[in-house]
Amino acid sequence: MEGTAVQRRLSFRPRPWQVATVTGAVGETPSVRTIDLAVPDWPGHRAGQHLDVRLTAEDGYTAERSYSIASAPGDPVAITVERLEDGEVSPYLTEELRIGDQLELRGPVGGYFVWEATDAGPLLLVAGGSGIVPLRAIIRERQRSGGDASIRLLYSSRTLADVIYRDELDAYRDGIAVSYTLTRAQPTGWTGYAGRVDSALLAEVAWPAHKDPLAFVCGPTSFVETVAEGLVELGYQPNRVKTERFGASGGR
Amino acid sequence: MPPGQYVTDGFPVLSAGPTPHTPLDEWTFSIRQGLAELKSWSWAEIRDLPAETVTVDIHCVTRWSKLDTEWRGVSMDTLLGAVEHDEGYILAFCDGGYTTNLPIADVTDGQAWVAYEYDGEPLDPEHGGPARLLVPHLYFWKSAKWVRGVELLDHDEPGFWETYGYHMYGDPWKEQRYSGD
Repeated sequence: MEGTAVQRRLSFRPRPWQVATVTGAVGETPSVRTIDLAVPDWPGHRAGQHLDVRLTAEDGYTAERSYSIASAPGDPVAITVERLEDGEVSPYLTEELRIGDQLELRGPVGGYFVWEATDAGPLLLVAGGSGIVPLRAIIRERQRSGGDASIRLLYSSRTLADVIYRDELDAYRDGIAVSYTLTRAQPTGWTGYAGRVDSALLAEVAWPAHKDPLAFVCGPTSFVETVAEGLVELGYQPNRVKTERFGASGGR
Repeated sequence: MPPGQYVTDGFPVLSAGPTPHTPLDEWTFSIRQGLAELKSWSWAEIRDLPAETVTVDIHCVTRWSKLDTEWRGVSMDTLLGAVEHDEGYILAFCDGGYTTNLPIADVTDGQAWVAYEYDGEPLDPEHGGPARLLVPHLYFWKSAKWVRGVELLDHDEPGFWETYGYHMYGDPWKEQRYSGD
């Protein structure tokens, strides 16, 4: 690895815990909520990074989790959280937290699953469920930076009601093509795809490998495993396929 | 339990890219120093070395811990004992380009293994098979998946996640998650 790049990456400041204030909370789906945060000492983030949240109970018990940042660099920090049925943190964030409440966080974290407007190649984004969150930050960064990277997004959800950011994604036009697949149920007259993402669907939707695309894949483990393997079979360079996974009980 | 961790019964997967699939007849484990390859074992040769079964707790930097996991593999003492060296660090290297750095003192004296079985079965590729490093006293990213060997170094050199802001050492009991912790 080239020396100065390592030096640049290593010049991280420590990330102290700090108190953020909730400035907005919007339901995206019945189980998913976007929370806007005012963070006084936020050092800035890059598209695709995450942050850590810490909750402390009255008896001093603490629980920490990582959440992908949903907003573009330069925009106020926002996270989008899916409620996990047996979750310790997500039910509080999605149901209890109110505007004006405070919570502890630190970040940003992660430097590999990151997109910069200067990165070469058309972009393939493949999301399963709440895996859309860091990919939405990437799309927003593309828009914010005025970049002309062509984007294809393939987004797999259980049902149409589970699609996060649907209005925003439907509104994207020039250079951003959004394809949905619904795995569990499709509404009458549905014109998108149906069923789980497989090699055939990837071959139809993904950029051909000869365009040297850069792929970001985020979702549950088995989803990411299938998609990443499918892209390599299509001829994608493995080091151009960046993945982020969360296990059913692993809990991002 | 180390601070900030929670117990999971699952076995979550975290990887930066696609899962590599190296055929066993092409697989080797090598010890390198500079440009020299000091020693190399084929898959069959590694499997012929004395193996140990260990039951350990593992701790991922993303906060899940898994208790009483059972592994089988070759102690790093056996592998490093096959070469003459007096270096202080290793950089483990893997299929897929992943690397991670460790002090020699943390991978000797019965603290680290090249593991090829999990829970009595061949190690699944998505969990690092055919073989991964197992260094359970450090955060689990140090237990590099798809390991293919180690490079002996006289200095500590950051590996993959370490260049992206994760801690150089990664002690879960001190919560050394990120650079600067």
